[in-house]
Amino acid sequence: MNKARTNPFNNIAMHGALILYTLIALFPVFVILINSFKTRKAIFREPLALPDADTFSMIGYQTVLKQGDFFLYFQNSLIVTVASLFFVLLFGAMAAFALAEYRFKGNTLMGLYLALGIMIPIRIGTVAILEMMVASGLVNTLWALILVYTAQGLPLAVFILCEFMRQVSDDLKNAARVDGLSEYAIFFQLVLPLVRPAMATVAVFNMIPIWNDLWFPLILAPAEEVKTLTLGSQVFIGQFVTDWNAVLSALSMAILPVLVLYVIFSRQLIRGLTSGAVK
Amino acid sequence: MTALTLTNVNKSFGDVHVLKDINIEVEDGEFVVFVGPSGCGKSTLLRVIAGLEDATSGEVRIGNELVNTTPPSKRGIAMVFQSYALYPHLNVRKNMSLALKQEKQSKAVIEERVMKASRMLNLEDYLERYPSELSGGQRQRVAIGRAIVREPKLFLFDEPLSNLDAALRMNTRLEIANLHDTLAASMIYVTHDQTEAMTLADKIVVLRDGRVEQIGSPMELYNNPVNQFVAGFLGSPAMNFMPAAFIAEGDTRTLGVRPEDLRLDADGDLSAAVQHVEQLGGDTNVIAQMKGTQITARLFGQHAISQGETVKFGFSSERAFYFNQDGLRT
Ligand SMILES: Nc1ncnc2c1ncn2[C@@H]1O[C@H](COP(=O)(O)OP(=O)(O)OP(=O)(O)O)[C@@H](O)[C@H]1O
Ligand SMILES: [Mg+2]
Repeated sequence: MNKARTNPFNNIAMHGALILYTLIALFPVFVILINSFKTRKAIFREPLALPDADTFSMIGYQTVLKQGDFFLYFQNSLIVTVASLFFVLLFGAMAAFALAEYRFKGNTLMGLYLALGIMIPIRIGTVAILEMMVASGLVNTLWALILVYTAQGLPLAVFILCEFMRQVSDDLKNAARVDGLSEYAIFFQLVLPLVRPAMATVAVFNMIPIWNDLWFPLILAPAEEVKTLTLGSQVFIGQFVTDWNAVLSALSMAILPVLVLYVIFSRQLIRGLTSGAVK
Repeated sequence: MTALTLTNVNKSFGDVHVLKDINIEVEDGEFVVFVGPSGCGKSTLLRVIAGLEDATSGEVRIGNELVNTTPPSKRGIAMVFQSYALYPHLNVRKNMSLALKQEKQSKAVIEERVMKASRMLNLEDYLERYPSELSGGQRQRVAIGRAIVREPKLFLFDEPLSNLDAALRMNTRLEIANLHDTLAASMIYVTHDQTEAMTLADKIVVLRDGRVEQIGSPMELYNNPVNQFVAGFLGSPAMNFMPAAFIAEGDTRTLGVRPEDLRLDADGDLSAAVQHVEQLGGDTNVIAQMKGTQITARLFGQHAISQGETVKFGFSSERAFYFNQDGLRT
């Protein structure tokens, strides 16, 4: 252990800063949660008070569950998010492996081309995308969203995974080749497990924007049976009246699955598997 | 029969010509060491033999079979890497058995070979451990075990000891020598350490800048180097080089004398100022300066020589080597 890390003052300062940051970051979530359990009056009178016997109310949750197909929206969001993440990770990792591992003409150019997507927001192409989706008959299907989100997530995924895959030792891959593993086996059985932390990073980066997106669901899939959660919750926000109980309840419930996914991925983030592999 | 034949092998990476016209033969059961300074292409040559790189031109034959286009796993070779390259997510047993599973060997065969190899390498107690739970020496043994279970025709070692500390290196070196005796397999071993080369090899291949400088048994190379590079590379401390004009007026060649061939001699031709004395107990190394050239003498036994003193060294003329301006022996 080095001295700086065990110095009690440093320790306190570090923890203090982290706790402060945690409080600030969690505050809005906390406010949403407590208010989702209060009556409308109580929300406006004392937004920061905890719900007590008088102000406690489940009216928001009841509205949400009654109104529209909340579970369907939920399911749609989950399908879109999970499927998009799956494709981003699969194709991103494959492209990254090819770029990192094989020497071929135009390798660098290809890498730059793929990285270009990081800088150009996909929303610029909304009209073109809509035209394409109309032409291919994908409007109002979940596939439309999955395809768009996959395209949106790929550039960063390729970029990050490529860096990590370059760090997987050449000797290790060569040992596998001598042992008779095919290139596919090397990719799936050796390299993917080793870059799991990077995969988790990419997943977390992509998950939140996809889950929260309103833009593409509104444009590409506004039909009732393919509405996502974010779009579905919009019915409670009117131009003149907003059903705050319902909005807050919907938001609270929307946090849950993201939280679960995040916990799954972040466990991978922490686990370092590579130690002891080489040297 | 020959285990390996390389004929006019060349390898370029783009414009960089790394291996130049390599011709080497390895006999069955022979222990061949490739030795040379860092960056001379030893690893590249080994990778060409293994099939991890394609030769740009030339023929690679393993056991009389042309293997230029054969994938590594079908060449009947096994390789041990400098960085161990163990699969981090598999335990020792699975690390060793992976290649056999790929070959679709039966469970019984796999079990038997893994047990045999782990007994040979004292790894029986560690079979369920993961690489991260092993010491450096144990990891190296697992890497060697992974090669043994495949029962290859040809073993390839790429500087397997360079990550180990001195004591462990000596032990593992002995273990590899024993292994060679037990398995009676052909082995190619890459190192830049000339002690390893001298102690292990049946045959040494000295490489420089991608070219073979000389091939021969350790003592052949030691006693009969073809050029100044080989003479200076083998032997520790290294051979002394000085202008031959020091002892014969007008001679333009370079004179080479090994440190152990120098002896204290009041009538000697070489008089030098002592800079430093290393007392090793059994030997005494005297490092001295002579007309701007540093010479090292290795004297048997203990000698009371002090710094700054001027001493005279002599040597017998049949132990002297002469090299012309191109470094070739004359
Ligand atoms: N993929 C590559 N692309 C271009 N040049 C390479 C490549 N691999 C190796 N080289 C070059 O080939 C030369 C020989 O490399 P090699 O790794 O075979 O050296 P070595 O003798 O094993 O050295 P060391 O003792 O340091 O391991 C070096 O000059 C290196 O820069
Ligand atoms: Mg090397």
